[in-house]
Amino acid sequence: MSALGALARWLADPANWQGSHGIPIRVLEHIELSGLSVLAALIIAMPIALYLGHTGRAGFIAINVANIGRALPSLALLAFGLVIAISLGLGLGFWPTVFALVPLAIPPILTNSYVAIREVDRDIVDAARGMGLSEAQILRSIEVPLGLPLMLTGVRTAAVNVVATATLGALVAGGALGRFIVDGLALQEYDQLMAGALLVALLAVVTEVSFGALERATVPPGMAAIR
Amino acid sequence: MTAGEPLIRWDWIASHATDIGQRVGEHLELTVIAVAVGFLIAFVLSLLALRVPRLYGPITWTTGILYTIPSLALFALLIPYTGLSLLSAEIGLVSYTLLILIRNIVAGVRGVPVEVRDAARGMGYTERQILWRVELPLALAVIFAGIRVATITTIGLVTVTALIGQGGMGYFILLGIQLFFSTALIVGALGSVVLAVLADGALVLAQRALTPWTQAR
Repeated sequence: MSALGALARWLADPANWQGSHGIPIRVLEHIELSGLSVLAALIIAMPIALYLGHTGRAGFIAINVANIGRALPSLALLAFGLVIAISLGLGLGFWPTVFALVPLAIPPILTNSYVAIREVDRDIVDAARGMGLSEAQILRSIEVPLGLPLMLTGVRTAAVNVVATATLGALVAGGALGRFIVDGLALQEYDQLMAGALLVALLAVVTEVSFGALERATVPPGMAAIR
Repeated sequence: MTAGEPLIRWDWIASHATDIGQRVGEHLELTVIAVAVGFLIAFVLSLLALRVPRLYGPITWTTGILYTIPSLALFALLIPYTGLSLLSAEIGLVSYTLLILIRNIVAGVRGVPVEVRDAARGMGYTERQILWRVELPLALAVIFAGIRVATITTIGLVTVTALIGQGGMGYFILLGIQLFFSTALIVGALGSVVLAVLADGALVLAQRALTPWTQAR
């Protein structure tokens, strides 16, 4: 009971909810860090995935990128992010973590978006082409809307991974919720440690559930009827 | 990363060869225990889900939540109970293998064609014999795919256990971060990736040996 009791007392202490080290600020930092990283990954990966998916080129590479991504340990990515940020003179904390999170988010987005576009029924695409739609129109008004739920699955995987891994940013002097865990470990303050862990876990689950709901909401009505 | 310091100091690697060897062993030990224990638990839960299909939803939901919880958070939550120990690391690592393995075991068995099952039944096989002699062998390829993903994921996650005093190659990454020492960073990070690639290769070979019929095609 003692650990849980201490956790409850820590969470109930108003001091932990105030100021630049308080819970609300740490949560916002975590969301900012994760959101920016996923956005950067989207900007990099999405055009490539849409182009490759539409043309059907480089399928083997596009599909296997996700497997390679899985083999890269998050802690190793953080290490490389640190080396890059230091050599660019960007310092500790925020940027090393972003450099670690973006490569983590790219593989699932790239692979799922590629597959999402490829999986669109070729008959529908041929019909659209026969009706005189340009290639850009086919991509915009046929392939992307039909592939959207699967594309979002990739974004969800990326986002949940990023939210989870953003915790490690505290190891390179970053803020966010990892701060509570890393400080709690270093100071052996288990109440802080568990509170941080609980908040990160909650944020990850909330991310997962919200994207899941978004995926269901984006299934085109026609496709929902078929299923 | 300090000015004038080379990115990789080969003399450091040479003088720490024994240490590196030991950490490689630790990394493999943590991985093998996690995947083996995870497979046993996943196998039992999968058989349960196959016998009682109603349970499949709750089982994947629960293991899905476990899979979603960030690794560092899960390890941290265990510390007040099981301490900075091998047990804490393994509880975390095992729980991450479950979802991947259960999905593949169940999908593999369910993917066996109905005709094959009917033929076995017609030949007088009992339900138990159908499971062990027909369904599971035919599902091996899909099950192995799950074991490969679980193993690669676990090898990556083992590095995080460095934070709770375990870690294998993660020890060097953490050392590198703490000392700003790029040689240790690279040894740890590359070492973990190389281990993952080698383990995946070994599992592919094991799968070929166990399912010789898949090469006939």
